[in-house]
Amino acid sequence: MAKSKTIVSEFTKGFWEILPPFRLVLGLCPILAVTKAAENGIGMGIATTFVLFFSNIIISSIKTLIPKKVRIASYILIIATFVVIVELLMQAYFYSIYEKLGIFIPLIVVNCIILGRAEAFASKNPVFLSAADGLGIGLGFTLSLFLISSIREILGAGTIFGKYIMWDSYEPLAFMIEAPGAFICLGFLLAIMNLIPKK
Amino acid sequence: MEIIVLAINAILVKNILLAQYLGNCPFMGVSKKMETAMGMGISVMFVMTFATSFTWLFHHFFLIPMHIEYLQTIVFILVIAALVQLLEMVMKKVMAPLYNSLGIFLPLITTNCAILGVAVLVVRKELSFMDSVFFALFSAVGFTLAIVLFAGIRERFEISFIPKAFQDTAIALVTAGIMALAFFGFIGIDSALKI
Repeated sequence: MAKSKTIVSEFTKGFWEILPPFRLVLGLCPILAVTKAAENGIGMGIATTFVLFFSNIIISSIKTLIPKKVRIASYILIIATFVVIVELLMQAYFYSIYEKLGIFIPLIVVNCIILGRAEAFASKNPVFLSAADGLGIGLGFTLSLFLISSIREILGAGTIFGKYIMWDSYEPLAFMIEAPGAFICLGFLLAIMNLIPKK
Repeated sequence: MEIIVLAINAILVKNILLAQYLGNCPFMGVSKKMETAMGMGISVMFVMTFATSFTWLFHHFFLIPMHIEYLQTIVFILVIAALVQLLEMVMKKVMAPLYNSLGIFLPLITTNCAILGVAVLVVRKELSFMDSVFFALFSAVGFTLAIVLFAGIRERFEISFIPKAFQDTAIALVTAGIMALAFFGFIGIDSALKI
């Protein structure tokens, strides 16, 4: 990148330039699995943002202490710690969403977006930039999850956040809230994003 | 008989890739060629069976007696990472030809969410040890089946016309969706077998 890195540019790039999962095809499992309803999508997005933000800060601040050979293992350990914190917080305060997301909360550990940002960004950049990067990518991810899950919920059940919004004679496309709908919906969104130039 | 039902359920009806949404990164990433897909599938079979048995034992003989079940995620990922390293070393020494063909997939598998997913799933479902091992093995067989079939379809993309916007991942996702729809057809055969 030719232009200088500022906190603002690092924060905003997550919303367009490298918006996951469209520009950065990583972390597909949560995107496909938890986007049955808009509520779940947002819950997952916020949990991931939390982990991404804090793990980026910690990894960036101790990057000089970690030996190169064991860096991936150390990153995974740091990420896993924050995932456990999220798990416990959600159990305590948002139990209904925790139940719905099920095993996909512990699986945030192996979400490639988080490890990818740790390796590609936080391990090379100062703390504040890494924090901005983590927050930006996390919120971009939340936005994408919200987009996919609302499309699937509206087409598949005719509702958004549990409220019915379609006309009365609307026949819900039940397959949209099942696995095939997830794949096809993401495939079409990706194709639409490919039509729009990056700049 | 019960084992057959378990197998059909894990391989076809609740296919780990196409119905449970686990392990989709390698599904998209290494499915461009039949050979690599096969290699990935066999490595997953190895690691998933071993990892699930070890994490099950860790959970029941270490986490539960110590009352630290909340550390499950950290312990499981550590066990899996250590196991993959160990398996890599053992394979290098004992089965060199196998290592040469599968070696590159092993480090990738640590972050394959299907492995951790199945390990967490069997503990949450409270399956017995033998059931867990078989469940892991059959899930991995299902993974291999789906990824090999998918690679077979993807190899044909090279000679077919695909609109520019759909090239690469987009068309792959739509194809996976249609495959998942086809796998829907298996719903119900497990209950038919039980009777």
